[in-house]
Amino acid sequence: MWLAILAGSAGCYALKLAGLSVPRRVLGNARVGHISNMLPVALLATLVAVQTFTSGTHLGVDARVGGLGAAFVAVLLRAPFLVVVALAVGVTALLRLAH
Amino acid sequence: MEQPPEDWRRVRTAVLRDAIGIGVATGAYALSFGAISTTSGLSVVQTCALSLVMFSGASQYALVGVLGSGGAALAAAATAVLLGTRNALYGLRLAPLLDVHGVRKVVAAQLVIDESTAMSLGRPSDRANRLGFWATGISVFILWNLGTLIGALGAHALSDPRKVGLDAAAPAAFLALLAPRVRSRTAVGVALLAAAIAIGSVPFVPVGGPVLVAALVAIVVGAVTRAAPSEPPADLPASGPA
Repeated sequence: MWLAILAGSAGCYALKLAGLSVPRRVLGNARVGHISNMLPVALLATLVAVQTFTSGTHLGVDARVGGLGAAFVAVLLRAPFLVVVALAVGVTALLRLAH
Repeated sequence: MEQPPEDWRRVRTAVLRDAIGIGVATGAYALSFGAISTTSGLSVVQTCALSLVMFSGASQYALVGVLGSGGAALAAAATAVLLGTRNALYGLRLAPLLDVHGVRKVVAAQLVIDESTAMSLGRPSDRANRLGFWATGISVFILWNLGTLIGALGAHALSDPRKVGLDAAAPAAFLALLAPRVRSRTAVGVALLAAAIAIGSVPFVPVGGPVLVAALVAIVVGAVTRAAPSEPPADLPASGPA
């Protein structure tokens, strides 16, 4: 755990410092910008999918899917961040209770 | 372009009020990070350490998400770093405005996040923009860490976080972070493709691996497509918390 925390933090800090230090022409081109726009999209979409449909290396469907469905509707309605998270948690808990 | 002192006082009050407001909002959302992190198996100390030294919302959520599902430490760290690349681009935009060196640069770098960058734009003067960066960065730093601690302690007290549905909090948080970034058809395509490939690769790669497969998809698609006109510039924060 600590290895992940320290390595990840060091990397994140290095990126922040690099932005303030590197001349603009090195990172400022349009293609780098486009790729760095696509990176969070792919990573976050993957995290949504994997954390909703898997347990370890097994695929499966459980109460989380219902919770995420509610969260998706909330996102479409432009609900605030905490409302989206709270809905997912609440619906998942209710579905587990009902089982 | 600098204003007379009475104007500056008014501008300063407005900037500080906004900075505190954003700090309170991110503090509330740190509650959910603290809760998700301890639910994922990190200790309260580890959770607070992340908010102090990593201090980047999406990266922190990703790190605990990968660790929580049993991923390797390096896969978790790599995912967090990849999500932090946008901060480097924010830095490019901030460098000429802040013009910091030495210790101030070391401190400023830690405060380069979505919120502080967003608040350093569009004020009536560079002085006000600089204040927007520092005031928002410091306010968010304090309240983000406070919120993390409270959320971590709160969830730590629960005996079975799954029973109350807390294992759905992380993917929902990722969904909310994703939404403001999916503005172009290319982005929707990348999101669906990455999710499909990740799900397909789950049985075959170690936990945490699918996320890195997705990063490759983004780099390849990003390299062969052009930015749509509707795509926000990469050195400007997407609206919404991250």
